[in-house]
Amino acid sequence: MEKENFTISVYTENNIGLLNRISAIFLKRHINLDSMTASQSEIKDVFRFTIAVKVTEEQVKKIVGQIEKQIEVIKAFYHKEEQIIYQETALFKVASKLLFEERQIQNVIKNSNSNIVTVTPEFFVLEKTGRRREVDALYRKLEPYGLMQFTRSGRIAVTKEKMHISKILENFAPEELL
Amino acid sequence: METQTRTLRKETKITTERMTGAEAVIRCLLAENVDLIYGYPGGAIMPVYDELYKYQDQLHHVLTRHEQGATHAAQGYARTSGKVGVAIATSGPGATNFVTGIADAQIDSTPLVCITGQVGSHLLGSDAFQETDIIGISTPITKWNHQVTKAEDIPSVLAKAFYIARSGRPGPVLVDITKDAQFGELDFEYKKCKGVRSYKPVPETDPKSLNEASRLINNAKKPMIVFGQGVILGKAEEELKNFVEKSGIPAAWTILGLSALPTAHPLNVGMVGMHGNYGPNRLTNQCDLLIAIGMRFDDRVTGNLETYAKQANIIHFEIDPAEVNKNVKADVAVMGDVKHTLSQVLPLIEKDSYDSWVQEFRDHDAIEFEKVIKTELFPEKEGLSMGEVLKSINKETHGDAIIVSDVGQHQMIACRYAEFTTSKSNVTSGGLGTMGFALPAAIGAKMGAPNREVVAIIGDGGYQMTIQELGTIFQTKVPVKIVVLNNDFLGMVRQWQQLFFDKRYASTEMVNPDFIKIAEGYHIKSKRVTKREELQDAVNEMIKSTESYFLEVCVEKENNVFPMIPTGASVSDIRLE
Repeated sequence: MEKENFTISVYTENNIGLLNRISAIFLKRHINLDSMTASQSEIKDVFRFTIAVKVTEEQVKKIVGQIEKQIEVIKAFYHKEEQIIYQETALFKVASKLLFEERQIQNVIKNSNSNIVTVTPEFFVLEKTGRRREVDALYRKLEPYGLMQFTRSGRIAVTKEKMHISKILENFAPEELL
Repeated sequence: METQTRTLRKETKITTERMTGAEAVIRCLLAENVDLIYGYPGGAIMPVYDELYKYQDQLHHVLTRHEQGATHAAQGYARTSGKVGVAIATSGPGATNFVTGIADAQIDSTPLVCITGQVGSHLLGSDAFQETDIIGISTPITKWNHQVTKAEDIPSVLAKAFYIARSGRPGPVLVDITKDAQFGELDFEYKKCKGVRSYKPVPETDPKSLNEASRLINNAKKPMIVFGQGVILGKAEEELKNFVEKSGIPAAWTILGLSALPTAHPLNVGMVGMHGNYGPNRLTNQCDLLIAIGMRFDDRVTGNLETYAKQANIIHFEIDPAEVNKNVKADVAVMGDVKHTLSQVLPLIEKDSYDSWVQEFRDHDAIEFEKVIKTELFPEKEGLSMGEVLKSINKETHGDAIIVSDVGQHQMIACRYAEFTTSKSNVTSGGLGTMGFALPAAIGAKMGAPNREVVAIIGDGGYQMTIQELGTIFQTKVPVKIVVLNNDFLGMVRQWQQLFFDKRYASTEMVNPDFIKIAEGYHIKSKRVTKREELQDAVNEMIKSTESYFLEVCVEKENNVFPMIPTGASVSDIRLE
């Protein structure tokens, strides 16, 4: 079976240590994550992990099973690329003087659909949100001029289909504690 | 001066009791009907021990000689009593010594609540004396774990711990309690946990899967059952027996499923797996339907997965969704508690019998008897075999004893040859293969089933890993019977060295102490047997003893356990010699 890019969405209780539990599942199987992000979800007190990973579909099914088995995980899903809307964000810190010394850089910025977050006499910061290849393309174009700093976030994604988490939560046994 | 809380309590007439976190720990255990715990005191858990002193009439604490022994004893207790085992230790080394027992309980699905003390919360993360990140360490080997830093959280966290440990597929839970949470005060009120929002212990059974399973069962020509510990954990022994008897399907077992169906049952066809019986292993690759009940297709059961039961349809009765299709693809997965699903499928199946198919198992048995069992149970050589010791024990106990085995050759022999009439009678470290398990586990096993005979079968290697628990036996006077099958070797490793490493016996020969003198040091009655003619009388004396008893049997040094499926080979390539 071919390896593919999968995105795993994990809805969880907000619990210290759960990150450790989830990452241990990958560690144990020697699987490297492309990225992992965690944030509040659309439901109060429910957190959401978004994990990007390149594995076979058989592997991702088993991983999702193991994740879902963790007590404080409400539900885990895996998605193929076409089932989700996904983005990453990158920040580029560039020396301000380049804007004047290297006129080309102005065109690169104009054509890149990026935003200038801040400008100071020493540096300016560009923010680029998009697919990985778009961020990479901008990186390749700016890199020859010299980047003072570069950082890229993990993938965040929403699915095209409904997830029905609230419904799942209602169906669980009523929680009396914690 | 009264504190504000106290004044407020008077005003609002709250009926809860004010107490320390440490006392609350004890009260929680009592509320969960715990009357016996295993542990070892130390700095960070002293407030709880102080309360144990006050509650000693209601809650008995067994002082083991090492924290690992406490976890194994709690496992033994849980395995024979069907209740949650409880172990308690201090922070740092006390907590890390729990690790092996917790890992063992996790892989063998044993319900445990392990309580560890922790340094004060203001010291967390400061590399304080006896501070260790036991939450981080135990995360991959617990079903759930939690650190408590506030006294008022103790009742709800412990309630949740017991609920999670015993529900669904059971497992170990660790609760780490900082010292300030033990000293702190709370208004105690205990509510049993009835559910956790994000946790569904038992998956729903799809009625379609029951129909599909019964259709496959009713159409099969050569079906076989392989059952595991799920039957015992699910208290489904009766349902299994009814299913086997109505369907007429021969039933084999995994090492942890052993004793769920009496060994003498006419449709019990023996053990599957690496040192299992010839018939069920070979016929796994000839059956047309494999019905897996509460088992997880461990690699020691399946051998090479590429050649495992490829010709057969597979039905998997399972409580844990993560186990379905993990190792072996199921044609039909019947999710749920086997007690429920087996009773649901029973009316859907037709009464049947498979005489010629069952005869194939018996034909294989005859071959195995000639090649393996005869020399093991009726040896003609001078040296004693491990098998004949088991035969002698069977003769005295009539299959009514609980057999606790350690890990290695003697374990395989014990599981192959011990006879069982009753469920929850085989206690062994299956998944983790923890040498040193048996001696402390036997202590717990006896305390969990005090009216039953408990015989620990241990090798000379594993015995010395937890030999200090003889002190616990001496102090508690728990009448366990200890049999050490001594071949002065780490026998199983030596066997592999002989078969697969050209007899290069690297570090497997043991120069052993005088085990009798050690037993005497602990004032435990003891005997050494070196000759066949002494064996039965010695076993008889041991079983008749009302106190604990140590029996050392010096067995043939270089015997091998057969049959054997070499690692990576197919179940059908099982070797008889």
